[in-house]
Amino acid sequence: MAKILGSSKEAVRLVQDGMTIMVGGFGVCGFPENLVHALADQGSKDLVLISNNGTVDGFGNGRLIANKQIKKLYASYIGENKALEEQFIKGELAVELVPQGTLAERIRAGGAGIPAFFTPTGYGTLVAEGKETRIFDGKGYVLETAFKADVSIINAYKADTMGNLIYRSTARNFNPMMATAGKITIVEVEEIVEPGDLNPEEVVTPCIYVNYIVKGEHYERRIEKRTNRQANR
Amino acid sequence: MSDALKKERIARRIAKELRDGYFVNLGIGIPTMVANYIPEGISVILQSENGLLGIGPYPLPGEEHCDLINAGKETVTAIAGASFFSSSDSFAMIRGGHINATILGAMEVSETGDIANYLIPGKLVKGMGGAMDLVAASNNVIVAMMHTDKHGNSKVLPKCSLPLTGTSCVKKIVSDIAVMDVTDEGLLLLETAEGVSIDDVIKATAAKLKVADNCQESAF
Repeated sequence: MAKILGSSKEAVRLVQDGMTIMVGGFGVCGFPENLVHALADQGSKDLVLISNNGTVDGFGNGRLIANKQIKKLYASYIGENKALEEQFIKGELAVELVPQGTLAERIRAGGAGIPAFFTPTGYGTLVAEGKETRIFDGKGYVLETAFKADVSIINAYKADTMGNLIYRSTARNFNPMMATAGKITIVEVEEIVEPGDLNPEEVVTPCIYVNYIVKGEHYERRIEKRTNRQANR
Repeated sequence: MSDALKKERIARRIAKELRDGYFVNLGIGIPTMVANYIPEGISVILQSENGLLGIGPYPLPGEEHCDLINAGKETVTAIAGASFFSSSDSFAMIRGGHINATILGAMEVSETGDIANYLIPGKLVKGMGGAMDLVAASNNVIVAMMHTDKHGNSKVLPKCSLPLTGTSCVKKIVSDIAVMDVTDEGLLLLETAEGVSIDDVIKATAAKLKVADNCQESAF
C-alpha cells in the first residue's frame, strides 16, 4: 500500500545520483511540478531522464536541464528549450529522440513484463538504425526494447490513501504507464481522499503501482499556448 | 495571393476529403485549420494524440484549463461524447489503424509517398513527436503543404533529401496549387487550384507527374 509523505522535498530524497527516472506530462500539462522542482532544488546529478518533452526553459524538466542534472534524455519532442538546445549542441547532454507512440509503448511494456516488441513506427528511418527489423505480412517492423525506471515521478488529480489514482482531462498522458514502470513510483496529487471516495469503476491507476503520495504544495498551472475563440463566433 | 490565403485554400480543399463519421487526426499548422472547413452535414471526430477523442472548439476567454490541451499544446475544449485516455492507448488507436484520416504537414514528399517532416540536419532539432507513429500505420495519410519552399524549390521530389519520417505512406498531397494522389505508378495529378494550369504544376514539381485523364483545372 502507498505511503503518504509530508512534502515533495521529502519524497525526492528517494532519487539518488545516477538513477534513471521517468517524469510524466505532455509538455507542462499533467506534469508533477512540485516534485520536479524539489528534485531541481535537491540537485541530484547524472540522471537519465525519460519524459515526453524537455519542457520549457526554467520550468519543470527545463529546470533540471538548466542545472545540468541530466546526462541523458529520452524524449519525443525537445523544442521550446534553449538550455537543452545549447547543451545538446555542445555535447553535454545526450538526447535520444524516440517517436511518441514508441516511447509510450516502451514504458507500457516495461511495466507489463514485456522486454521488447515490434512496431511499424520508424521503419526505414533513422530511428530503425542499428535495430533488428522484420517483415510481417509484407510490412516492415522495428524491434524496440522496454523502458524501466528506478523512480517514476508522476502527476494525478486525486489519490485515495491506498494509492488508487484518477486523472483530469488530457493531464493523464504518460502518467499511468510511468506508474507501472518505476521500481518506485511517487505521485503528486491535488487532493488525497479516503478509500471508497473514488469510484472503483473510474480508477485509472490501481494502487498496486503506487508507492508514495504527496499532496502538491503549489500549482502554477502553466499553459504553454493559451488559445481562445471569441464569444461572438 | 498571400500565404495565409493559400493555406486556407489547402485546408478548405482537404476538408472535402473527410467523410461522415470519420475519426481524424489533424497535425499542427495548416492541418489544424481543416477543422474550420468541415462541410455541413458531415460529422467528424477529431483525435488528439495526447489523449483526447472528440476535440471541441477553442475555449472562451476565461474557460481554458491547463489540463485540457491538444497535441499542439493549445487550450481546447472537449465535445459531448468525448473521451480521455493515456498516451499508450492513444497510440494503440493510431498504430492499430483505427484513425480514418491523418492530415499532416511536410517539408518534403517523394513520388513514392515517403515523407520528411521532423529533422533538418545541422539545424535546430525538435523531434518527431507523434508524427512517425501517425504515418506508420494510417492507410489514409494526407499531406497539407505549400508546393514549394520559400526559395521556390519544389517540395514534391523524386526522392526526399531530408531524414524520413516514414516510407511509402502518403496517399494524397494537397498543396496550394494541386491535388495529387500517390499511386503504384507514381504521382497522379488530379486537380489544379484556381488560376493554375496543369503546365504550371508540372513546372513547379521536381517529381515526375502523370496527369489524370479527368484532371480538373481551377478545381479549388
